Amino acid sequence: MSVRAATSTSDGLPPPEQPPSSQPLTPRALARARRQAALARFWREFRKDRRGMSGLIILAVMIAVALLAPVLANSRGLNPIYATAAPNAGPSLQYPLGTDSDGRSVLTELIWGARNSLLVGLTATLISILIGALVGVVAGHFGSIRARAGRLTDNLLMRVSDWFLVVPFLPLAMVVARTIGPSLGVIILVIGLTSWAGTARIVRAQALAVETRPYLERAKALGAGHWHQMYRHVLPNVMPLLLANTILTVAGTILAETTLSFLGLGDPIRPTWGQMLGAAYSYGVGTGNVLWLLAPGIAVILVVMAFTLVGHALEAVLDPKLRERP
Amino acid sequence: MLEGARAAAEDRSGTGATSTGLTRTLSVKVLSAAITLFVVLVGNFYLFRVLPANPAKNLTHNSTLTAKQLLAINRTFGLGLPLPQQFWNYLVQTFHGNLGRSFVDQLPVAEKIGQALWPTILLVGTSTVLSTVIGVWIGIRGGWNRGSKFDRSSTAFVNVLYAMPDFWLGMVLLITLAGKLALFPDGGMHSFTGSGSGLAGFGDLLWHLALPCTVLTLVYLAEYSLVMRSSLIDELKADYLLTARAKGLRDDLVRRRHAVPNALLPSVTLIMLNLGFVISGAITTETVFSWPGLGRLSYVSLNAPDYPTLEGTFLLFSAAVIVANLIGDLLLTVFDPRVRQA
Amino acid sequence: MTLLDLRDLSITYATEGGPLPAVRGVNLSLESGQTLGLAGESGCGKSTIATSILRLLPSSATVTGQILFNGEDVLTMKWGRLRAVRWAGASIIFQGALHSLNPVRKIGGQIAEPILLHETGVTKQAAVRRAVDLLRQVGLPAARSDSYPHELSGGQKQRVMIAMALACGPNLIIADEPTTALDVMIQAQVLDLIAGLVRDRGIGMIMISHDLSVLSATCQRLAVMYAGRIVEEGPAHEVFTDARHPYAEALAWAFPVIGDTRTRMNPRGLPGDPPDPAAVPPGCSFHPRCAVVQPECSTREMELWPAGDGRLAACIRVLPGSEGEPAVRSVKEEMRQP
Repeated sequence: MSVRAATSTSDGLPPPEQPPSSQPLTPRALARARRQAALARFWREFRKDRRGMSGLIILAVMIAVALLAPVLANSRGLNPIYATAAPNAGPSLQYPLGTDSDGRSVLTELIWGARNSLLVGLTATLISILIGALVGVVAGHFGSIRARAGRLTDNLLMRVSDWFLVVPFLPLAMVVARTIGPSLGVIILVIGLTSWAGTARIVRAQALAVETRPYLERAKALGAGHWHQMYRHVLPNVMPLLLANTILTVAGTILAETTLSFLGLGDPIRPTWGQMLGAAYSYGVGTGNVLWLLAPGIAVILVVMAFTLVGHALEAVLDPKLRERP
Repeated sequence: MLEGARAAAEDRSGTGATSTGLTRTLSVKVLSAAITLFVVLVGNFYLFRVLPANPAKNLTHNSTLTAKQLLAINRTFGLGLPLPQQFWNYLVQTFHGNLGRSFVDQLPVAEKIGQALWPTILLVGTSTVLSTVIGVWIGIRGGWNRGSKFDRSSTAFVNVLYAMPDFWLGMVLLITLAGKLALFPDGGMHSFTGSGSGLAGFGDLLWHLALPCTVLTLVYLAEYSLVMRSSLIDELKADYLLTARAKGLRDDLVRRRHAVPNALLPSVTLIMLNLGFVISGAITTETVFSWPGLGRLSYVSLNAPDYPTLEGTFLLFSAAVIVANLIGDLLLTVFDPRVRQA
Repeated sequence: MTLLDLRDLSITYATEGGPLPAVRGVNLSLESGQTLGLAGESGCGKSTIATSILRLLPSSATVTGQILFNGEDVLTMKWGRLRAVRWAGASIIFQGALHSLNPVRKIGGQIAEPILLHETGVTKQAAVRRAVDLLRQVGLPAARSDSYPHELSGGQKQRVMIAMALACGPNLIIADEPTTALDVMIQAQVLDLIAGLVRDRGIGMIMISHDLSVLSATCQRLAVMYAGRIVEEGPAHEVFTDARHPYAEALAWAFPVIGDTRTRMNPRGLPGDPPDPAAVPPGCSFHPRCAVVQPECSTREMELWPAGDGRLAACIRVLPGSEGEPAVRSVKEEMRQP
């Protein structure tokens, strides 16, 4: 439904003789330009936050390590069969962080652990955010309708999410894993299913605020259906806060995954940092192999802190009320 | 997760709304908690009896069963019965305190849980008191003097603690303080050589409690201090603080008498919400320090695997969260005059 | 001795965009038992002055000049002396009592708090009894002492603020927009209450409002502020009905008086907005909006010139030799045109 400018041809493209820097005439192009300007402004604000930037740099490094894992460390190093070094050895040129009780390089495990830990964390977060955003938007949208049915939906959804807030995820994970069988999939599923409630609440609050804005009333008056309203209007305006919340959720998810893997509920074949810590606990504590214990722990701390810093910086940029005067 | 819980707490404090009378509000909340507990029981039943492909296999820890054995087991556990009947039996049994028998040593699960309850309460209780007091103090001091040196260093310190897996901290302390420096015991609740009675016994207990309690305290005070600080900062904008200053009150009185009580209210709900999770969060710390509590019991049952015990501990953990939430809700109702109805 | 004497008071806020001068060289004085109204639009600096009298401004504000309370300069007082003066010497009735009361403490306790703080040898019970007495004096039942703020209506809360302000028997009361957030009927009651109490006790009062009609009915003298400066000062009734400064005139005409045929069907607004405090126009800061502006107005520095018996105005029209009286009358003619 874009309004075609008089000078453009019927297929929507500007006529060839128009210089490329001419004023964009279609509403879509205008919207895009506006979005780009907003993004640029946002980036400028974000850059001012020193803590957020340092978090971002750490994240970039971690993600690079995770992506480049096959390049940085041979995956054969993970297989105990190929481990020829002495177990629990101290740091050396060949093994900068020493070896574990199987003789594998701790550094190799750390690098591959980055990939797996981040993968699990991000996937679990994705599930959590998807469910949380869906529930939040639906509850917020229907909750602002005057009809009883709308508020009933809202109440029902919130009661359900309340219940999920209450469930202690660690015992639940243990039970589910033992019943179905331990694997990374179980961990992802359990974390995703137990952490969406917080997101749902935040999204719902934001959705309720958005619902009072005039363009939504206009959309309704023009005959927009519920799904159209939610998808086209509510969701885009909920996105920024949702993004900040997502980043903060990842921090929690990674910590949760670390704990579950430590307890042995993960996949022994694909090591994560939590896995390494679990093995270090079982086999390393007695021998005093400190590096094996310190390396993955510090890695987890760095990554979780990085996500937290970036998440808070995002929140501060998006909601000036939360900004702190240094 | 923190932010979502805060939103939930704010929502909750607004829902004292329509009922008349304090007792009515309270009984509604108690009823709601009971319903949640019931749902947990249903969930528990589902997870343990319905979900597994072969419940008999799980319940008897025996992978190969003859047809006769299978029949006997089905009769004992009532597995062949229709589900609603099974569920009813399960409910009745649970209310009578019969949680089954452990695979590992055939002791009643209820007894094992009973024995493990006190160590966990001791550990979690002590660390909660310490972490709440210290965390709230740090949060207040940091939030009141925002941007000061204390605030910046404490926030940085607390952020690192918050990002730290509690069992990792436990292991580090174990290796350094208990292993290399041998300042503290390696774990457990009492010394092997017998702890002696009376004061000596108490001292031995404290000596063993020190490290695990420190770990839990450090990890949870991070969250409490962050919550308190942000709560206080929100209160700083309030008009009534200007009134208090205009009356001639000293700065610390303004903080103590006016700002803190108002800032504490939303924090209370959040702290209680967290308490429920601390109890199950202690699982890893108890494991690392071989502290004979519920956490360690569930970890051991996980690996055995000892399903009846695992089921029992899960029930208890869920109940703990529900009860903690209820207490937090009730505390808020009692202390916030806006939620109470005259 | 003069109760309150503001001498060349200037207040500048430090903001992200640079220094913001909110008050520029204000001189005001108040005798014991006198009532002074301070009027102006939002952002003219009147609330800033009110908050500054007891040194309650945030640390980002720079205050120069003198604030003499019973001869002592508040700005150079020692911290302990200042806290003693607060509430016992001068108290404030805050605007928007909605949030000016502590939500989790009972009313009685909040009123008793300054009594216990400033007077020695008073027991808690005695203080609460006095609080109850004060509540009665402002027309609230004694039972309200055990209520919490959220249980009271807006008008009731404002009465509580009044009772609280009287608790320590101050010599000066600063009423900062005490009725702005209230319904018109409640407004009248509250204003009567304040005026009566102040009169009976011989307390000096500064009342701040943007509503000139309210001030003229309650106060003896009236000062009008614009862009951080006082532009007119004098007996309240005269300033209201016969203003010498075009802005004061416009402000007076903005509030139609019921029963006054002149204002019937003729309420007058003023085009334009108050200037940005960081970019005040040169000369007379009002000249861009003035209906009778002259070329000189944009270059000459304005002062408060005598404009009648006990009256001051910062407009060149009051100077003998300039357009003078006839011009002032023509301002009124101008404003009366439909």
